[in-house]
Amino acid sequence: MSSTVIERRGSALRPGTAPRRRRRRNLHFPAYLVLTVLALFAIGPAVLMVFNAFKSNAQIGASPLAPPTSLSWSNFSIAWQQGDFGATMRNSAILVVGSAAGTCVIAGLAAYALSHLDLPGRGGVITYLFLASSMPVQLFVVPLFSLWTDLGLTDNLFGLIVIYWATDAPFATLLLRSFLLKVPKEYVEAGRLDGASEVQIARRVMLPLAWPGLMTVALVVGLWAWNEFFWAITFIHDPAKRPISTSFMAFQDENSTNWGLSSAAALFMLVPILILFLVLQRRFVAGLTSGGLK
Amino acid sequence: MTAAPAPGGTALAAPPRSGARRLRLRRGLIGWAFLAPLLVLNVIVVLGPSLATVWYSFTDWSGIGPAKFVGGANYVRAVTDPAVREALLHNAIWFVLFLFVPMALGLLGAHLINQVTRFRMLYRTLFFIPYVTASVINAAIWKMLLSPDSGIGHTLGIDQAWLGDPKTSLYAVNFVVDWHWWGFLAVIFFAAMQGVDVQLYEAARLDGAGRWRQFLSVTLPGIRPTMIFVVLMTIIWSLKAFDYIFIMTHGGPANSSDVVSTLMYDQAFNQYSAGYAAALGLSMTVIVGLVLAVYQFLRRKGWEE
Repeated sequence: MSSTVIERRGSALRPGTAPRRRRRRNLHFPAYLVLTVLALFAIGPAVLMVFNAFKSNAQIGASPLAPPTSLSWSNFSIAWQQGDFGATMRNSAILVVGSAAGTCVIAGLAAYALSHLDLPGRGGVITYLFLASSMPVQLFVVPLFSLWTDLGLTDNLFGLIVIYWATDAPFATLLLRSFLLKVPKEYVEAGRLDGASEVQIARRVMLPLAWPGLMTVALVVGLWAWNEFFWAITFIHDPAKRPISTSFMAFQDENSTNWGLSSAAALFMLVPILILFLVLQRRFVAGLTSGGLK
Repeated sequence: MTAAPAPGGTALAAPPRSGARRLRLRRGLIGWAFLAPLLVLNVIVVLGPSLATVWYSFTDWSGIGPAKFVGGANYVRAVTDPAVREALLHNAIWFVLFLFVPMALGLLGAHLINQVTRFRMLYRTLFFIPYVTASVINAAIWKMLLSPDSGIGHTLGIDQAWLGDPKTSLYAVNFVVDWHWWGFLAVIFFAAMQGVDVQLYEAARLDGAGRWRQFLSVTLPGIRPTMIFVVLMTIIWSLKAFDYIFIMTHGGPANSSDVVSTLMYDQAFNQYSAGYAAALGLSMTVIVGLVLAVYQFLRRKGWEE
């Protein structure tokens, strides 16, 4: 590596190469241009939605893509009350915390067993987890719905959380396992030599070392629970139990022509995630890209 | 837990044979105990109901109450149902578009980020935002932008109900899904491109390769495992395509955007033919299983290096 750096420096000193360098920098201009167009393509629609949240319906009809001329907050207060977003946000917060915490415990235990206890049949379990996390939900949704109805777990936030645990934990286990495999075996052996039980080792040695991995899992599982739509609309019909995703959808259907209200309502759901993502994006990206199976 | 293991530690740790066996057994039991919550949950929620689906696919069942065994009738119905045939065609169209459009945009984005020196993180972040945004919100945004009276078309003077016209509904929803997906691929591809040896580019440049040639001969082969993984996942996801279609068009108008999964959902929860829905769901899973099997086979053959 160092030799190439020196070589490059050397060539820059040669008189003939100076214009070539400048040309290369100019060549970057189209790259930045295309990148900026792509970036606008990615976030432009959301920006337009923010614009519309501050506009009246008449303004949107007259100039749908223009920025608002004045900051009117009335869409937000009307949408908040009409959609009962206080209650549905609370439901979603319960889903997020419950599914993230539970998945961390379930997947943490499993990942420890699969990484540091010489378990016979480990390979089979790992293969099964791969298959389970790429299984189409269409395969089990109908019988699960009838089972949940029999158990009284439909229209029930805990019932939904259990489904999130079961469907997210395989991915979380695989992610945490690859994390725990990096923990040196010596740490665990040292603990065993000192007479610590497996539970103590898991808690005192593994837990602190796995903490960043658990944070990533919690973030990703929490994001899924917040954004989740399919299970929620299938298993929750009672409006009082609805999470924010399905309540937003119902709100939008009712106000299908009032884009100002819909946009304001959408921001209630989007802004918390966006802030969290911008602050913790490294962890988010790491978790989501390794969760490619989902 | 005071000190690191002494050099002779492992030798000291080996107790008499029977003790070692008991220790290993104990450790195995503890291991399975740690795995138990995960496996029990998975059996209740995923494996059990999946096996039940196999049984229900051979029955006439409304979704609640008893099921009547009807043999292969549901499968005969699926093969002869024109709606299924149409949905499969939509799945195929969906697959081709979902494979090529986001991949092309993702590769372009990743390649350009890899070329420039400044604002890399910024572009990466902006590209990624549609992927962390909920499907219900993305769908709402695009319903607004595609609407004939308050959208982009309206501003440009094009009077087209993209989602309401059977000719365009499938493509309009697919466009939205591609839009939400390509940035994620760009980030994955960019990460893979950073793993490509810089010296290969230097060598290619010395051989007189231009930028396009370098991209074809160095970058693409360098990220081949990632590309194969993405193709595999695209096949699986395009069969599972559901969220955006369900939210934006419900498969309509006139089934013009129905795919197998929306058809299945409709059969199960609106038409109360859960037995038929089970047969459709199982058929989809068999296709996914075949794809995974082919992938495993190719991997064993060393396709991925």
